[in-house]
Amino acid sequence: MRQVLAAGTNADFTAAETLFWILAVLAVAAALAMILVRRAVHCALMLAVVMLCLATMYAMQGAPFLAFVQIIVYTGAVLMLFLFVLMLIGISSTDSIVETIKGQRLAAGLAAIGFFVILILGIGHAALGPAAKTTAANGVGNMSGLSALIFTRYVFPFEVTGALLITAAVGAMVLAHREHTAPKPTQRELAARRLASGHLAPDPSPGVYALHDSADRPALLPDGSPSEASVSPVLSQREVGEEPQLVPPESTRAITAASTEREPGPEPVPAPSSAPPSGTPSSGSPSSRSTES
Amino acid sequence: MSPVHYVALAVILFVIGGVGVLVRRNAIVVFMCVELMLNACNLAFVAFARMHGNLDGQVIAFFVMVVAAAEVVVGLAILMAIFRARRSASVDDASLLKY
Repeated sequence: MRQVLAAGTNADFTAAETLFWILAVLAVAAALAMILVRRAVHCALMLAVVMLCLATMYAMQGAPFLAFVQIIVYTGAVLMLFLFVLMLIGISSTDSIVETIKGQRLAAGLAAIGFFVILILGIGHAALGPAAKTTAANGVGNMSGLSALIFTRYVFPFEVTGALLITAAVGAMVLAHREHTAPKPTQRELAARRLASGHLAPDPSPGVYALHDSADRPALLPDGSPSEASVSPVLSQREVGEEPQLVPPESTRAITAASTEREPGPEPVPAPSSAPPSGTPSSGSPSSRSTES
Repeated sequence: MSPVHYVALAVILFVIGGVGVLVRRNAIVVFMCVELMLNACNLAFVAFARMHGNLDGQVIAFFVMVVAAAEVVVGLAILMAIFRARRSASVDDASLLKY
C-alpha cells in the first residue's frame, strides 16, 4: 500500500505503470459495460467497479485522502442511494431497446467520436508536462496540506458547500414528502369503523382459507377438507367442531349453520340488535367448553 | 505514469458517460452516467494537481464530490416524485413541457 501511495511521486515506475494499465482497461471496460447492459442494477455494479478503479488511481497519484473519500462517499453512500432508489422503483426495471428518436444512437455515437477527437487534440496541443518531482504543498502529509488549503484559501467555498448540502437535504425532504389527500383516521374513528362492520376479531392469517377467524376452527385445504394441523393440539383434544352446549342459542345456530353448510365466504353478519357479532360465538366456544369440562 | 495518460483516461471515461446520457432512457442510468462524467473530471483534476505539484486540484475534486452528492440526493428525490406520479422512470414519459 505504501508503495502504491508513493508510486505517484517516487521512482517505482514499472509497478505504477502496470497497475495503471490494468486499472485503465478495467475502468474503460466497466464504463462501456455500463452503457451496454440493459438492467439498471448491473449498471450500478459496473459504476462501482469504475469508482473503485478511480479510487486506486487517486491513491497512486498522491491523493490518499481523495481515494478514501471516493470509496466512502461515492461507493459507500452515493451508490447505495442509487441502489435504494432502484429497489423502490423496481429492481427489474430494464431499459427499452426501442429507439424513440430515429437515428439517435448513431448521432450520439458520431457526436461522441467528434467530442473525443476534439478533447484529445486539445490535450495534445496543451503541452502537458511530466509530474512535478515533489509535492511541496503537501507539508506534513496530504491530509494536513489539504486541510490547510481548505480552511485558508478555500474557506468561503467550503462554507458555501455547507449551505448547499443543507439545501439539498431540505429539497430532498420536500420532494420526497407525500401529502395526505384525506385526513388520517384517528384511533377512535378506526374503532368505530370496526364496530360498525360487525367483524370484531382479527382476520385469519394470510393463506388460510377459513370460514371463521376463531382459533379452534380448522383451516380448509384446497380440496375443501379441514386441515387438522392448522388447529392447536390443545384445542383439538377438546373435539374441535363439536357443538358447544353452554352457549346462547343464537350463537349455537350460527356455528351449526357454518359447520354444516361450509359456505366459502364469511358468514353473513347478523343484525347487531338481534344477535352478537359473528366473531363472538366462535371465539367464545373454547371458554364455554372449558367450563363444561 | 505521466499525467497525460490519466487525462486521456479521464477523456475516455467522460465521453463514455456522455454517450450513456444521450443513449440510455432509464433516468437512473442517466444519473449514473452523469456520475461517471463527474468522476472522470475528478480524475483529470487530480492528474493536473500532480502535474503542477500543488493541491488545488485535489481541493476542487473534493468540492466536485460534495456537489455531486448533493446533486444525486436532489435528483433521486425528483426521480421518486416523478415515479410516484407516472409509474415510470423513463425519460421519454416526462415530456409534459415538450409541446
